[in-house]
Amino acid sequence: MKNNFWKVLGGWFKKTAQNIGRWFKSLFVSMDDKEPKLRTLMNSPKTLSFVSSIICIIGGLLVGYLIIILIDAKNATSIFGSILKGGFANPYGAGYGLGNQLAYTAPLIMVGLSVLFAYKTGMFNIGVAGQYTLGAFGALYCAIVLNAPWYVCILAAMLLGAVWGAIPGLFKALFQVNEVITCIMFNWIGLYMVNDLMSSKITFTRVINDNLTISSMFNRGGANTWSLATVNKSSLLPDWGLGELFSGSSMSPSKVSIAIIIAIVIAVVIQILLNKTTFGYELRACGKNKNASKYAGINDKSNIILSMTIAGALAGIGAALLFLTDIQQFPKSTTSLSSLAFNGIPVAFMASLNPIGSIFAAFFVAHISEGAGLLTGTTFSKEMANVFTGIIIYFCAFAPLVIEQLSKRKNRLEMQMLEEADNAKPKEEDGKEVNL
Amino acid sequence: MDNNYVIEMLNITKEFPGIIANDDITLQLKKGEIHALLGENGAGKSTLMSVLFGLYQAEKGIIKKDGQVVEIKNPNDANALGIGMVHQHFKLVEIFSVLDNIILGKEPCKAGFINRKEAREKVVKLSEKYGLNIDPDALIENVSVGMQQRVEILKMLYRDNEILIFDEPTAVLTPQEINELMDIMRGFAKEGKSILFITHKLNEIMAVSDRCTVLRKGKCIGTVETKKTNVRALSRMMVGREVQLQVKKGEAHPGERVLSIENLTVPSKIHKNNAVKKVNLNVHKGEIVCVAGIEGNGQTEFVLALTGLEKPSEGRILFKDIDITKASIRERSKIGMSHIPEDRHKYGLILDYTLQENLILQRYWQPQFQNHGFIKNNEVTKYAEKLIKQYDIRSGQGPTTMARSMSGGNQQKAIVAREIDKDPDLLVAVQPTRGLDVGAIEYIHKQLVAERDNGKAVLLVSLELEEVMSVSDRMYVMYEGEIVGEFNSKDITVEELGLYMAGAKRQGETANEK
Repeated sequence: MKNNFWKVLGGWFKKTAQNIGRWFKSLFVSMDDKEPKLRTLMNSPKTLSFVSSIICIIGGLLVGYLIIILIDAKNATSIFGSILKGGFANPYGAGYGLGNQLAYTAPLIMVGLSVLFAYKTGMFNIGVAGQYTLGAFGALYCAIVLNAPWYVCILAAMLLGAVWGAIPGLFKALFQVNEVITCIMFNWIGLYMVNDLMSSKITFTRVINDNLTISSMFNRGGANTWSLATVNKSSLLPDWGLGELFSGSSMSPSKVSIAIIIAIVIAVVIQILLNKTTFGYELRACGKNKNASKYAGINDKSNIILSMTIAGALAGIGAALLFLTDIQQFPKSTTSLSSLAFNGIPVAFMASLNPIGSIFAAFFVAHISEGAGLLTGTTFSKEMANVFTGIIIYFCAFAPLVIEQLSKRKNRLEMQMLEEADNAKPKEEDGKEVNL
Repeated sequence: MDNNYVIEMLNITKEFPGIIANDDITLQLKKGEIHALLGENGAGKSTLMSVLFGLYQAEKGIIKKDGQVVEIKNPNDANALGIGMVHQHFKLVEIFSVLDNIILGKEPCKAGFINRKEAREKVVKLSEKYGLNIDPDALIENVSVGMQQRVEILKMLYRDNEILIFDEPTAVLTPQEINELMDIMRGFAKEGKSILFITHKLNEIMAVSDRCTVLRKGKCIGTVETKKTNVRALSRMMVGREVQLQVKKGEAHPGERVLSIENLTVPSKIHKNNAVKKVNLNVHKGEIVCVAGIEGNGQTEFVLALTGLEKPSEGRILFKDIDITKASIRERSKIGMSHIPEDRHKYGLILDYTLQENLILQRYWQPQFQNHGFIKNNEVTKYAEKLIKQYDIRSGQGPTTMARSMSGGNQQKAIVAREIDKDPDLLVAVQPTRGLDVGAIEYIHKQLVAERDNGKAVLLVSLELEEVMSVSDRMYVMYEGEIVGEFNSKDITVEELGLYMAGAKRQGETANEK
């Protein structure tokens, strides 16, 4: 028995080792009539688009650097360096900086997904900011007024965002109203409606503890909503120890929470939904050719409405994932739409409209925003981050061009190799002729 | 050395990922000749012409103009050398006038302002000289396809081009327009202009060209003088085997009625009148029924209403005794209607989907291809491979090729494969062989006849007289939205059919005629 066991184990071990060896070998050498896997990977269009994205980002960064040099040549390099370092340059420690950066990454992923999801169905969801504002309101109302736990808050944010996304979808599907116009209008309608509701319409009385009874969604200073840590700890997203993990040297834990995990999971779900399901097949078909979709019996109207509803829900969740970490509070009577929500557009396009890619794109945008946030006290303001993302987006528009150039170069190289092989052949034949 | 070649393309090689489009091709064009370029879909004709016109750069080979080696890097270089091209899909600005389209890019200017008067004079003079009837002030979106083509031709003439490339110019024209075009081409040749004429219609080659170069699968098969060859030999050169030019089919055995259309009326989107007026029509099992007519006589709207893409304003459609007048497209598809659409880019395909995704466009929701809403990718690929093999759909990368990168003929084959493989009770085929080569046409006609012999009903809408005559068992002629005649195909001659199509004759009124 014992002997047998060792034999089996040894056999299994040997087999596994062989398989691993084969797999590694197949990376570099062609096996089973298949090209070496690494070469297939190198030649796949996905790799090409990834490489081109990287090239665009580098190009954008370099031009951004040039702009900094033009403004302040003396400090340019150090400032550029601190932007590149992002959260790592945080004075309270790299861990703390990285943690907060991840806290901002989560909502960015969501707004990016919102934009790209609508875009796949052929619509430009420029209404993310409105859906996000409604989402923020939903989450905060549940958290502050209703004393609800975090998951209820997320659900409320999702629902309100979905409603705000569905309206432009309905207008588009039923009355052929361009969604860009409705979206922009509903951004402002949403913002001022929420302002009005929060600051004058909603009154309540809630006793937090002996010293604190609240009657408005805004804190004592009146500038922002209450910090959730003060009024409702159960509405804070749990951090599963992530905050401790990403904390500064002897500092309080950073604001990272399961938000980042939720966002990544949703990105994966969206990726699967779009590419592996009949629903995604229909949505993408509508986006690429409305007439052919109709011809195939796909109900384009309901798909337009559905896709905008989902896009709105994603943006709403994004807002919840930001405000339920308590990293920032909703400002009272603000007259500007959230710039984070608008960053969904750069995130989506930097990711070449790939849901998984948007995770990295969001991380990158959060990274340079965090880096630029530390610029206060220098010649530059934190808005420098927007300059960088702006330039990079501009460069991302060149991505198809870069892809074309790359594949041209590849083809030329292959042609050269073929030609060399061709040239090599006649020489042999020449030799034979001489021999004859 | 015979040195009167205006253009010589020597040993041209052009590759695309996964495919050699042109492999060591040599083409020599004499001054004042009409030179046809013949080949199947994907044989490399369009690629070769694009190389000449500067749209692509060849990897190998040289181009000579009047014996001098020239380099053509873009269409501007080609224009400077006097090379002009009429593309298969016209390159016109829809909302511009005919005149503006012609002068676009070479506007005569006075102090920065366009001198339309001078331009108009030149254009009118040219159009009169060559009998190219146009209306300079009409907007492109309002003129017929035939006139759009004449505009494209005038564009070349306006630029004083001496070498004229026509990329499948007859694919979109009616029989009458084709004859006109041939006369125009002969006129050019007499003038000393040289014409390169891409086509896969053998009759046209025989009718108009002096010499003919045949390509097959990217290789040059040879150049022959048209006088010394015949249709059969040319088709053998092109396809590489004997081709049946005449459709072989037995007697039709019509069974029970499958489709019955009563008083169908469809409003037009372009004008206020009805595009289809009170049409009555029947199709039975086991017969091929054809709706013949010249383009723009309501066939398009008729088919859209039949297949559910448009709503009729009046009338009933009964399919297998079910009233489907108000049924959705999916419902019609489910009870056994297949539709090969007229416009393959607009309706038939999603160009940015892969071939395999396009092949399941009508049935991705069936249990064979999905499980709880998840698409079974392996099944899809397997199915696509089956269809590719069965219907000989050629593409660079098999099932995962982007539909956009496929040649027109193979795109059409993919649609035909998809619709026939659905095993429908009624196959509505609109211009199913438009733009296809003889090999593919033969194949599709065989498929239609096979469907018929399987007891299926086929409703064929076609503009090509030859196709109407040879494939159909019974036919209706449509003129200005009305059915003006119904015939057994054996009982009518081409000439008579032409009269009905042109509206010169009408059944039931013959007695009243003078």
